[in-house]
Amino acid sequence: MNAPPPVVAERYRVADRAPHRPADLLLRWESVLVLLLAAAIVVNTLISPHFLNVYNLSDATADFSEQAIIALPMALLILVREIDLSVSAIIALASLAIGLCSRAGEPAWLLVAAALAVGALCGAVNGALVAVVRLPSIVVTIGTMSLFRGIAQVALGDKAITGYSNAFQSIGQGAVLDWPPLPASFVLFLLLSLVFGIALHRTRYGRALYAIGSNPVAARFSGLPVDRARFLLFVLSGLLSGLAGALLTARIGSTRPNIALGWELTVVTMVVLGGFSIAGGEGTIPGLVLAVFLLGTVTWGLSLVNIPAVEISVLVGALMIVAIALPILLRRLTRHWRPETAAPLRSRSIGNDDVPVSNRDFPDPEGASTRDQ
Amino acid sequence: MSLAARLRSREGALALIIAVLAGAVALRAPTFLSPHNILVVLTDTSFLFILALGQTGVLLTRGIDLSVAANLALTGMIVALTAHALPGMPIVAVIALALLVGLGLGLINGFVVAAIGVPPIVTTLGTLTIYRGTIFAIAGGRWLTQSDMSAAFLGFPKATVLGVPALLWVAVIVAAAMTVFLTGTRTGRAIYAVGGNPVAAHYCGIRIARVQVLVYAISGALAGLCGYLWVARYGIAYVEIAIGYELTVIAACVIGGVSIAGGAGSVAGALLGALFLGVIVDALPVIDVSPFWQTALSGAVILAAIVVNARADRAGGKIILPEARRALRAGAR
Repeated sequence: MNAPPPVVAERYRVADRAPHRPADLLLRWESVLVLLLAAAIVVNTLISPHFLNVYNLSDATADFSEQAIIALPMALLILVREIDLSVSAIIALASLAIGLCSRAGEPAWLLVAAALAVGALCGAVNGALVAVVRLPSIVVTIGTMSLFRGIAQVALGDKAITGYSNAFQSIGQGAVLDWPPLPASFVLFLLLSLVFGIALHRTRYGRALYAIGSNPVAARFSGLPVDRARFLLFVLSGLLSGLAGALLTARIGSTRPNIALGWELTVVTMVVLGGFSIAGGEGTIPGLVLAVFLLGTVTWGLSLVNIPAVEISVLVGALMIVAIALPILLRRLTRHWRPETAAPLRSRSIGNDDVPVSNRDFPDPEGASTRDQ
Repeated sequence: MSLAARLRSREGALALIIAVLAGAVALRAPTFLSPHNILVVLTDTSFLFILALGQTGVLLTRGIDLSVAANLALTGMIVALTAHALPGMPIVAVIALALLVGLGLGLINGFVVAAIGVPPIVTTLGTLTIYRGTIFAIAGGRWLTQSDMSAAFLGFPKATVLGVPALLWVAVIVAAAMTVFLTGTRTGRAIYAVGGNPVAAHYCGIRIARVQVLVYAISGALAGLCGYLWVARYGIAYVEIAIGYELTVIAACVIGGVSIAGGAGSVAGALLGALFLGVIVDALPVIDVSPFWQTALSGAVILAAIVVNARADRAGGKIILPEARRALRAGAR
């Protein structure tokens, strides 16, 4: 007979990292994504003989790499309970800057620099409104989304800017190596996700972001510069949106007012599917990368068998809801036979009277009480 | 409430700004403020009025419904296809069908949010893409134009009663019903309570899940109704109608002072926020400004409105009971 373990001492000891059990690894969100990705690859290989073709595959990566690059800073924003819905509008404005510089006959590197500068500037506008004026980011970025795209529309009217130099277009169209013929955007995404992964999971800045996302008030009282982090993340989001704008403009070779329309929703889908909680403080970069590959594989596979993009989006939308709903439902089921985890701090099932409700379930989107004082 | 106090309130200030804006436009084009043109502006804004009222209920509970425009488009397509297949369908049945389909789509949102517990923004982002894609699936990319619709189907939104188009009457009825519901019924007050403080609301015995399902159902039903009205008014149904309109709807609410943080906002505010955007949209061509300015201007207006609203919020707390508001003013004086 085992005596029940003493619990008194445990109460004041908070483990920095929970102890590992083999079963925990399987229950991780990343494992679910790996399984889904494997299933998607197997199904795709079975339904189309063209799927496992290196040239086709590298071609397919170009379609989602630009969105995936924006998903990286978006993940960090969602981690700290913010969101940036203006990313696609920033792409439009960055693309406009590229177009205007190209008309002036500037060299290719300056076009990219212009896109990055415009992107960072737009991000700084968002960041200032959120971190300095202290407005809820969802409303701010809905506003700047209209503003930024509106400026592009005013400047472009119903015309498009085309006629980019070959040097510039090769950035988006050429391959980095001969074999495998990977597009520059995909290689950039891989490199950036490595940098983001190390920064988030292996540095104290990354730990600070988790702290801010889990409890901004506690993070502020612990001396973390919460507002500065928010501001910098918006600048980063703008900067990488500018980069994505340069890659996209180079790839399609034109600047139109409706360029990248609606991308913000796809990017948020990638991040949420990657395991980042909209309530903040949760998610990993490997999870995000897996989600990007999963979405890319599913979309590419379905388009290979001639399913129209609109119908694929039904599947992607459903995938996202199911991906978020499933863990919640599983947690509710397992609560009954794993009593040690019976009192989750973040229970969302407010319909049951026996479950305590926490204000954590209803994050205050304005974060009014959490700003730096 | 005295006139001065009314003007100091958020709704009063917004009404004043709209009046000044319309007056300024009328200086350049006097016909802008003719009774006929005012009616045109109000009718043009009717969709925004109705959808903003539905969204207000959702925002009050700290939720958000991004699927309204997709719901509108899907319901519009279903109604148009049904009316095309059954040409003899009475208009009452068409409206009932639109309300029912919209309600069903709204209930899906409500169920996923309240019963499963998926965050509202994730849920409605997902259903947004699902509803849009479903339109393509059921219509096969087909466009339904005026020639596919009966005269009765097309005529309802334009039919006038007392000189006012039915479309505007629908908005008036919805506004009246929402006012009574939100301010005069127990369930309406519960919506404010859930958004104001969910934990307190829970301990007061309010069933939060039911309130959540209700607000998404209302938002969905109103979006469905707008779906029929939109298709009939513009005489076209295809995959991309009203694309991106959900953000305009949320912008109208935010300009009108409906807090995205829940618990604060009024029917009058939402209506004025919608009217503000409506006046801008209709004023631009009148004063010879290129329509390309519309998006940029509404973005700037949204930002200005939230900055102003945030200042007002900081000055005082969220006081929603009229008695408490009056007591505060009496005390201040």
